Amino acid sequence: MSNDTLLDIRGLTVSFGAFRAVDGVDLRVANGERLGIVGESGSGKSVTMLALMGLIDAPGRVQADKLEFLGRDLLTVSPRERRTLVGREMAMVFQDALTALNPSYTVGAQIAEVLREHLGLRAAAAQKRVLELLELVEIPDAKRRANAYPHQLSGGMNQRVMIAMAIACNPKLLIADEPTTALDVTIQAQIMELLLRLSREQGMGLVMITHDLAVVAEMTERVAVMYAGQVVEEGAVPALFDAPRHPYTEALLAAIPEHNHGAERLAALPGVVPGAFDRPSGCLLAPRCPYVAERCRNDRPPLAAGVRCFLPRGDQP
Amino acid sequence: MLSFLLKKLATLMPTLVGITLVAFGLIRLVPGDPIEIMMGERGLDAQTHAEVAHRLGLDQPLWVQYLHYVDQLAHGDLGQSLVSHSPVAEEFKALFPATVELAGFALVLATVLGLALGLLASLKRGSWLDQGVMGVATIGYSIPVFWWGLILIMFFSVDLSWTPVAGRISVEYDVPRVTGFMLIDTLLSDERGSFASAVGHLVLPGLVLGTSTLAVIARMTRSSMLEVLREDYVRTARAKGLSSRRVLIVHALRNALIPVLTVVGLQTGSLLAGAVLTETIFSWPGIGKWLIDAIARRDYPVVQAGILISALTFIGVNLVVDVLYGVVNPRIRSAH
Amino acid sequence: MKPQVPASPLIESMRAFAANRGALVALVVFALVAVASLLAPWVAPHDPVLQYRDHMLAPPMWMDGGTSRFPLGTDELGRDMLSRLLWGGRISLGIGLASVILSMLPGVLLGLLAAFHQRALAPVIMRVMDVMLALPSLLLAICVITVLGPGLINTVIAIAIGALPGYVRLTRAAAMAEIGRDYVTASRLAGAGTARLMFAAVLPNCMAPLIVNASLSFSSAILSAAGLGFLGLGVQAPTAEWGTMLASARDYMERAGWVVTLPGLAILVSVLVVNLIGDGLRDALDPKLKKAS
Repeated sequence: MSNDTLLDIRGLTVSFGAFRAVDGVDLRVANGERLGIVGESGSGKSVTMLALMGLIDAPGRVQADKLEFLGRDLLTVSPRERRTLVGREMAMVFQDALTALNPSYTVGAQIAEVLREHLGLRAAAAQKRVLELLELVEIPDAKRRANAYPHQLSGGMNQRVMIAMAIACNPKLLIADEPTTALDVTIQAQIMELLLRLSREQGMGLVMITHDLAVVAEMTERVAVMYAGQVVEEGAVPALFDAPRHPYTEALLAAIPEHNHGAERLAALPGVVPGAFDRPSGCLLAPRCPYVAERCRNDRPPLAAGVRCFLPRGDQP
Repeated sequence: MLSFLLKKLATLMPTLVGITLVAFGLIRLVPGDPIEIMMGERGLDAQTHAEVAHRLGLDQPLWVQYLHYVDQLAHGDLGQSLVSHSPVAEEFKALFPATVELAGFALVLATVLGLALGLLASLKRGSWLDQGVMGVATIGYSIPVFWWGLILIMFFSVDLSWTPVAGRISVEYDVPRVTGFMLIDTLLSDERGSFASAVGHLVLPGLVLGTSTLAVIARMTRSSMLEVLREDYVRTARAKGLSSRRVLIVHALRNALIPVLTVVGLQTGSLLAGAVLTETIFSWPGIGKWLIDAIARRDYPVVQAGILISALTFIGVNLVVDVLYGVVNPRIRSAH
Repeated sequence: MKPQVPASPLIESMRAFAANRGALVALVVFALVAVASLLAPWVAPHDPVLQYRDHMLAPPMWMDGGTSRFPLGTDELGRDMLSRLLWGGRISLGIGLASVILSMLPGVLLGLLAAFHQRALAPVIMRVMDVMLALPSLLLAICVITVLGPGLINTVIAIAIGALPGYVRLTRAAAMAEIGRDYVTASRLAGAGTARLMFAAVLPNCMAPLIVNASLSFSSAILSAAGLGFLGLGVQAPTAEWGTMLASARDYMERAGWVVTLPGLAILVSVLVVNLIGDGLRDALDPKLKKAS
């Protein structure tokens, strides 16, 4: 295993009783690499990263063949040891910044908390670093804003605060769970710019969870497409979009408004994502797949050469 | 902060006026001739009647009488007891600290224990501990306080002789009165063992009075914690790699306590009401017992004063709670 | 897949309530208490005020000296405890029911009026309610008793007056939340008059918190009535009211514990089951409330 590997996940399964929210997921992130995880609601993309961070509580169960970060085995690590990694080397930014911040403390205090906990910074030193961080995430008038409460700041500001809090200890990996979904379009672009810049400048690995293909195209180098808890395709970014191999990826791309000029309706797959009680015994997409064959209904396709399909597109003559 | 306080007081003015009207009207609403009521005598001859009427200002129009009453209040004059003929204000000053000590002790006990039990129950949700605590809590606020006191007296004072039956301190001690608070005065005096006696006398009535409040606070803390623990910011705190103790106390509990604060304010009302019943059972010389005795003896000036003071105390406590709430909840604060 | 037709909110609520075992048991116990009290005139073995001078302070039948003639013993004047408890149940539950009705009806009306007439009536109504709320309800009841005198009817009135402001505030808050919603505006535009809006449109949607509050004020009324009885300000002896029974029983605590234990247990059990029912109602109705909004 090379020292270049930041994150190595093999066979990750997160189950809630009999229901598998995440089913046998493999993911790899190299140092400084930017990975996108794409899927609709219920695809398990957020749960995967929450399991990594150790944020899945009972009755959820996390199992994996391998769950390594910076070479450390997260499956057997002690809580104390885990706390030296979480928030410090590996940090997460959540979707709705306003509810993700504690309403009773100033944003400055919440950032300082991370500094104190992991880097032992106090008082003046912490204050200085807090201001530095706020400026790094492009918050104007940082000194005044540091003493503001989350409800006094806009959504975009709060998201920047969250990012500042996450990068406070110069983490090797930043996980962003739909960081721009709750924001206005113009702010979205700014936040994405910011994340991209930070990743490049700090050499920070980035995992970008989103349902928005445009975000993935702009920001990431590799992408994993998830459906109903499984990774169905993964590959490098421009290539995957130019020539998608999994029918689901193909459908996602086909549904983008820009690809539907002149059509009367948006192209969409019929049916819905299988829920907890109607999992097909074969390929999970089989009930909806336009190319389904008999074999697809009976057997589960393994992930082979980056695609989980018996009949990948582009392999056809 | 000051402007907030002044604004609050301004909105309270009509309520305060209303209370004085109620206290004022109480005596005049009681059936019977007000003069006979005030004198505590019946069948006065016409001349005495007119004299007394004039002396007490009862021959004036009602609104003049009311203004006179408010004027008296402003000067701290609460009238004269019909039974003892001493100024009501004096009697009140002598007895109020006893009630404050009892209710204060009950409140502290109830808050500390209630918070602890509620917190514990919320952390072990669904467990036997949780169900047990909540079950006991439900019984706690369903139990009639006067019966609870009798039962505990029966058990601890009569059967076990662990605690005394009545009063604030054993009769053998003669503690000079400095503040009126027995716990302080006994510490200040040089009577050995008096402090222990004072505490021993306070424990059972305090426990009885505080039971209902303890139950309410425990339930409220638990439900508030359960809600807060589901919030996104608790997940963020854990994602920051903070210790679970810090997440629990600094992030969760801090916010969970906010609604509990309001409940504490409201509970002082039931503590005041409960004090009336508790003091009666334990022969505790406070204003609750004073009020009940006065009603039985038709000592209306005392009843009037007792009602007025209770209302003012309740309003005062809730005002403090309102201010504290603004301090503790930044979302309210910035609105000013 | 067959689409599921959702059951009406009422059926859903009832199902949710039934799923709560504690509340269900409480409901059964309450029904037993209510029926026993209602049938007291026929079920009670003796007249509750009849004194058996030869059998004063007779112990309950499971203790030494007890007989099955007086299953729960007799009090200090030789009156049968069981009969007094049963008749006392009639009074306590009756006071509870009467005071709830007496406070809820005007309370809801005033609350609706305050919500619909924000500028004219609301300030006056709410100020008066503020004054009433400045006193803890037991003390307010004591005030009313001081003016009206003790007794059963006055107890009901006193407790009802104490509970009134709670209903007004609750109704007003719930109604104001509903008034802002689209269906009310639509109704108004369609030409519905204020009365129709109040009762046909808004009120049904405020019922959930009102029902919960009603159950809690019912239990509170039982406690208040007992408290007033205990202080000698409520139902007067020799009428059998549980609190009044406790007042005279005090002196016999040591000798004859059952005269103290039994009436108090009766109060405790009644209040407890009503509170448990109220909790169950709150849990069953609240999610409906949240889902609907």
